[in-house]
Amino acid sequence: MSLDLAALRAQFPILAETVHGRRLAYLDNAATTQKPVAVLDRMDRYYRHENANVHRAVHLLAERATTAYEGARDRIARFVGADRQEIVFTRGTTEAINLVARSYLQPRLQPGDEVLLTGMEHHSNIVPWQLAGAKTVAAPVRDDGSLDLDAWRAMLNPRTRLVAVVQVSNALGTVNPVAEMIDIAHQHGVPVLVDGAQTLAHLKLDLHALDADFFTTSAHKAFGPTGFGFLYAKRAHLEAMPPWHGGGDMIETVAFDGSTWNEIPYKFEAGTPDMAGAIGFAAALDWIEGIGLDALIAHETELTAYTAAQLAALPGLRVIGTAPGKVGVFSMVMDGAHPHDLGTLLSESGVAVRTGHHCTMPLWQRFGVPATARASLAVYNGQDDVDQLVAGLKTAMRLLG
Amino acid sequence: MNIDDIAESFEMLDDWEARYALLLDLGKKLEPLPDEAHTDINKVRGCMSQVWMDHQLNDGALHFRGDSDAHIVRGLIALLFAMVQDRKPQEILALDIPGTFAQLGLENHISMNRRNGFYAMTERIKGMAQAAAEG
Repeated sequence: MSLDLAALRAQFPILAETVHGRRLAYLDNAATTQKPVAVLDRMDRYYRHENANVHRAVHLLAERATTAYEGARDRIARFVGADRQEIVFTRGTTEAINLVARSYLQPRLQPGDEVLLTGMEHHSNIVPWQLAGAKTVAAPVRDDGSLDLDAWRAMLNPRTRLVAVVQVSNALGTVNPVAEMIDIAHQHGVPVLVDGAQTLAHLKLDLHALDADFFTTSAHKAFGPTGFGFLYAKRAHLEAMPPWHGGGDMIETVAFDGSTWNEIPYKFEAGTPDMAGAIGFAAALDWIEGIGLDALIAHETELTAYTAAQLAALPGLRVIGTAPGKVGVFSMVMDGAHPHDLGTLLSESGVAVRTGHHCTMPLWQRFGVPATARASLAVYNGQDDVDQLVAGLKTAMRLLG
Repeated sequence: MNIDDIAESFEMLDDWEARYALLLDLGKKLEPLPDEAHTDINKVRGCMSQVWMDHQLNDGALHFRGDSDAHIVRGLIALLFAMVQDRKPQEILALDIPGTFAQLGLENHISMNRRNGFYAMTERIKGMAQAAAEG
């Protein structure tokens, strides 16, 4: 089954923008994806016809808002193979990881306890553990950008309190063998957090089958709105974890001599939530399902191979991250050019890429470069976008050479 | 080239490639900043790429040297120096550097992040001039 790319693109109004008078080739999808009309319209409809604060009101709008909002939780849970009680809404991946660091890890942490990471983790999956007081150790990344699984396994030890691993590297495109890692970690009695920030736009996911203890993601990287995401955690973990933020909605009773907490997941959701975010995200997941993940994956696999071949043919350009089975993320380094030079000149060619450290400073230290220019694909990209990138790179090489 | 010559050259170029070629060329011709001057103290904060600047006072005029790891930024440093090089501190303090930069018509091509870096460099130069004027 193949995609009708023109029809698919027509659903993303922003892709019709011109930049510096040129057609936009949007290749910054690992930073954030664009939003289809289905998501924009759903959020617009929410504010026009359904908006009221959720829970605890009997008027009609509040019922509509609550139904749509809690319906979104059902929708999200179904999409990722989880139960609704296991889905805690957050502002995104970063807040979800911080929640686990503070509420799960910190209370059970002894001095010298470790969180085992990989060398390709995002700062969001490093710093929260450090703030919680854990020692962070990272398994090495091989030259092709894949994880050295044997070295990782050897680093599991009695001080390992938690394993945290990115499923899809935002910087390299590497897809880590999280199912196998969860299996191994569980044999050692160590729980696993999977950072799934990039997962939903590229891979199929069944959390119960995966047996992850924690999974975190952000809506905006999967065609949904910004500022919304969720934490999945096994019910037993959520039941045992103390609340993190205090406020409205997370309580059962409040008194000056002490309060009691709402049931899961609500005890972790203090304050008025991002209703439009949840509802918009549910619409994004509907949209993905409408395309079909099989068709999406087939298209991206083909385009990733095409991009890799095109970039490999450019002399003086190096792509860091060539692991088998990777998704369409290309961290590029050009001889004699700073990534910011490359990004600036590519923008003049209408090409949007990200330049910098992509929040993975330790990874670039390992590869001996301060930064890269990163092109990252989504389902609405085609060979024309890649060709525009390659033409822009050639122009940049000519100017910088 | 002084800044008026550069401005005239930019005006004559109508496509972005030629403008960037000129900017990059200006950067290539920057007076070298010695390795030992690439220090933390000489580093200009607020730039996306690394920038270093130092200065000397010669007969009451300020002489600047600068460097960056990004070619486009080296070009911007060269533009900046074309406005302030070997001038008296009081003259430099009186200059409208952002205004002159705007007249070059490059602003559409320089991202907001870059522009912030450019103004950080401007602030650094004004700071050096201020210190020299008070010195």
